[in-house]
Amino acid sequence: MTALILRDIRLGLRAGGGMLIGILFFLAVIAVVPFGVGPDLNLLGRIGPAILWIGALLASLLGLDRLFQADREDGSLDILILQGHEHPLALTVFAKCVAHWLTTGLPLVIVSPALGLLMNMQPAAILATSATLLAGTPAITFIGATGAALAVALPRGGLLVSVMVLPFVIPVLIFGVMAAYGAVENPAPFTQPFLLMCALTLFFSVLGPFAAGAALKASSD
Amino acid sequence: MNDTTAQARFSFTALANPTRYLSYSGKILPWLGGLSALLLIVGLYMAFTAPEDYQQGITVRIMYVHVPAAWLAMMGYMVMAVSALGTLIWRHPLADVSIKAAAPIGAAFTFLALATGSLWGKPMWGTWWVWDARLTSMFVLFLMYLGVIALQRAMDDPVKAARPVAILVLIGTVNIPIIKFSVDWWNTLHQPAAVFRMDGPTIDPSLLWPLLIMAVGFTALFFFLHMVAMRTEIWRRRIASMRRASAREQRSTARPVLAE
Repeated sequence: MTALILRDIRLGLRAGGGMLIGILFFLAVIAVVPFGVGPDLNLLGRIGPAILWIGALLASLLGLDRLFQADREDGSLDILILQGHEHPLALTVFAKCVAHWLTTGLPLVIVSPALGLLMNMQPAAILATSATLLAGTPAITFIGATGAALAVALPRGGLLVSVMVLPFVIPVLIFGVMAAYGAVENPAPFTQPFLLMCALTLFFSVLGPFAAGAALKASSD
Repeated sequence: MNDTTAQARFSFTALANPTRYLSYSGKILPWLGGLSALLLIVGLYMAFTAPEDYQQGITVRIMYVHVPAAWLAMMGYMVMAVSALGTLIWRHPLADVSIKAAAPIGAAFTFLALATGSLWGKPMWGTWWVWDARLTSMFVLFLMYLGVIALQRAMDDPVKAARPVAILVLIGTVNIPIIKFSVDWWNTLHQPAAVFRMDGPTIDPSLLWPLLIMAVGFTALFFFLHMVAMRTEIWRRRIASMRRASAREQRSTARPVLAE
């Protein structure tokens, strides 16, 4: 399992720069917002957490279809599925998700404070948004794994993955943004939505790999 | 399995034979359609003669379409979830036909619930739409229906699409309890449940009876449409396989050398 994670991280860092594209897309989404809503710094500071969350969400959706596609193209996905009797397939998917999050999700979290400065957010809001992103983006990867596994057999599954996955990530987005605002605005709570979001991440870290494993098995026979 | 014993007891296993399903459903279909038409006519008549609400006035009549449509939207998804279990566990050959038939009907009922709710919300709440928990979760349900339909349409072979679609449907089931209890868990503009409660319904019987008749009528309508759609889908698949077979035959008779 560790070997699989290391292999996927190495591939993710090297091949095709999927990580860099994700970050650039995140940056582009954030940069477009001031043009859309106008350069009012107060307004930008107020909607900043929500914009950062939406940007991170879209950027993570962007890379999802590569999760199994590359492995399918060179045939290693079939080997991973055939090894299902040695390691449960859900565990293999979990390892792949962890590696995928480390190479695409974590960089987004790391650059989010810098983008928060662009949005004129207060330091507390930046900190809270990064913390919620850190805890919430794994959930997007785990749900997305299921979508990617369902669409792996399709020739152009990329857009379909986003369409299928979006309804399921809405709760994560709601609680993430709620927690980020809770840290800044006084009456709103921070701990409660943050813990609910962590619960969602844990929940999907179990459900996602299992469903993705079942979908991969179904697509191979 | 022996054919005579299977025919003797009416079970889901017996329905696994598409031809038998077609003959059974052909018999039930006119009765179901007649029942739903009758109930809907009676229900609509009762809905229009029922007393108006003392606060909401005539707009309360929207309820007789809105509430059954919302119930049916959730029931449609549960029908799909049960069919998904049928596909994954028992590999029931008609279960994936059932999912494919139920998805557009369920999406239509969800859209009906959202649209009538929006029409009702404008005079009562003063806005077409609010992003509160009940409305948002219903909207998510609508998106999930569309996602299931999109995944089905994306694959050419319906047999291959069956298992991925079933898995997607099952994951989406987590949303159903969220919709049901959204009005209890969060403080919403949408009112809490008034009919199915532990301490009995809080609606006056003069309003409740038309509502229940409309709900039963809508349910009968759902299963009527579902059955028609399933029959259509079975025939469509038969025609497709016949076309493939005849194309293969034509090719082998036209160019016998190449076919070898």
